Amino acid sequence: MTFAITWAEVFKPFEFEFFRNGLLVATIAGSLCGVIGCYVVLRNMSYIGHGLAHAVFGGYAAAGLLGINLFLGAGIWGVITALGVTSIVRRRPIGSDAAIGVITTASFALGLALVQLYGSPGRNADALLFGNVLGVNGTDVWLIVVVAIVSAAAIFVFYRPLLFTTFDAEVAEATGVRTAWVDAVLMVLLSATVLATMSVMGVTLIAANLVIPAVVARMLTDSFGRMLGLAAVIGAVCGFGGMIASYHLDVASGPTIVLVASLLFVLAFGASGRLRQRAGAVGHAH
Amino acid sequence: MIQDQSTPNPGPTIDLRQPQGNAAETLIEAASLSVDYGGPEVLTDVDLTVERGDLIGIVGPSGSGKSTLLRALLGSIDPSRGRVDRTPGLSVGLVPQVENIDWDFPVTVTECVGMARALGWRSPWINKKERAAITDVLERLGLEGLAQRHIRDLSGGQQQRMFLARALYTNASVIFLDEPTSGLDVKTRHDVLHLLDDLNNDGLTVVLTTHDLNGIAAHLPTIVCLNQRVVAAGNPDEVLVPHVLEQTYGSPMEILEHGGMRVVVDSPRPVKAAESA
Repeated sequence: MTFAITWAEVFKPFEFEFFRNGLLVATIAGSLCGVIGCYVVLRNMSYIGHGLAHAVFGGYAAAGLLGINLFLGAGIWGVITALGVTSIVRRRPIGSDAAIGVITTASFALGLALVQLYGSPGRNADALLFGNVLGVNGTDVWLIVVVAIVSAAAIFVFYRPLLFTTFDAEVAEATGVRTAWVDAVLMVLLSATVLATMSVMGVTLIAANLVIPAVVARMLTDSFGRMLGLAAVIGAVCGFGGMIASYHLDVASGPTIVLVASLLFVLAFGASGRLRQRAGAVGHAH
Repeated sequence: MIQDQSTPNPGPTIDLRQPQGNAAETLIEAASLSVDYGGPEVLTDVDLTVERGDLIGIVGPSGSGKSTLLRALLGSIDPSRGRVDRTPGLSVGLVPQVENIDWDFPVTVTECVGMARALGWRSPWINKKERAAITDVLERLGLEGLAQRHIRDLSGGQQQRMFLARALYTNASVIFLDEPTSGLDVKTRHDVLHLLDDLNNDGLTVVLTTHDLNGIAAHLPTIVCLNQRVVAAGNPDEVLVPHVLEQTYGSPMEILEHGGMRVVVDSPRPVKAAESA
């Protein structure tokens, strides 16, 4: 009897439309971030998600001030920022970490200043920063579904050029792959993913959604194809589990999703010596 | 193989210097090629022709522009002056320096070779026909049975051969190798050299850079001595001579004849303590 009551309690939040919306967005976003995160992590750009989310926040505030569509404004801002980062990275000697640090924090600072001066254009600033399941609406659901479908299609079509450029950009370029275009495609997908994920994860915690499922997947396999698939599943599990935990613990969705992901990381890390060895390899390389 | 049996065998000796066929077809031609990366020139007025069937070694000290010349011939660096002409539609492959590879990247040998066919529409997964072609090229390079291994689990020589397999898998007619024997032991170095010779005999054109004058360059049919400019180019008998090497390396060197082969040895000036002793 106790068991039945417990299950009823577990499923209670499904009665609420806002929760179902949030759950759907978090699960799809987790899966999408897991896949995109594989490319980000393997390119040693783990913190670009963190930086881009901050930059998009700036674009969001600026779009509100200019009176244009918030998503469109923030999305365009994110794409420009991401392309700016890759264009700086391609011109050494400035490394990706420094480029991310310079461009995205400037954009975030602009966003904070605009929000303080003119107020938040849509959602309140806390919801944008930390994610809020209550704020998820029908538009957010459609946005993440469209971004996920477009991203999956793009990765399907550009799978080999993306892999080749991520593994060995110089040889890819020499073989005829237009690596600048491939980088641009990835940055557009990443910006769209960050934008669509912001409502649930919040600006400050998106990086974890991108990095943790990819790193856990890396510890479980030595094949790139399998890593992508595993990261998608792990990301979805983190989003789903994190949302349920968010409701029951009465904690914002962003932190609970990250905590579930972190738990999976600890489990994978501790699973065996072999996994630990691979984790060391990931840590060494990145 | 040329080997003087009357002298004691100094160890594995290789000579790839077979006469080339006379049907010369120019594939790549550099004329007055200069590259500067926006600063002082790294390469100045280089003239070089790569013909079908060539096996060319570019030698020179660190910072002499070997890798830059390789990349300019390959087409991944634009000349600041001069020009590089390539036969239209020429398919080229590059075997990178193993030091530049992230060996923890999650790819199996099959994935690593398969990713190279990335132009045009390709499905994410490697289809049956492609898998058969990959198996063929791996077998040809002695890597059978390693298709599902992670790239880190290969030995140094196998890693080098895997990247050669990747270049061959794209049907490249010219393969460029950047320091292919760097970090390899003597036996593996010889294996790689023999393999390049076999591939060259099968019609593949090969251009490589190397630091290793005795182990690699002396066995190649054509050597280009580079120090920002081409100091000399030709077969080892013409190029491995003291004045060319001193001009290339900025340090006196001596040439010894051993087992029918030329061996380059450093000829350092005695240190002051030794002089006074």
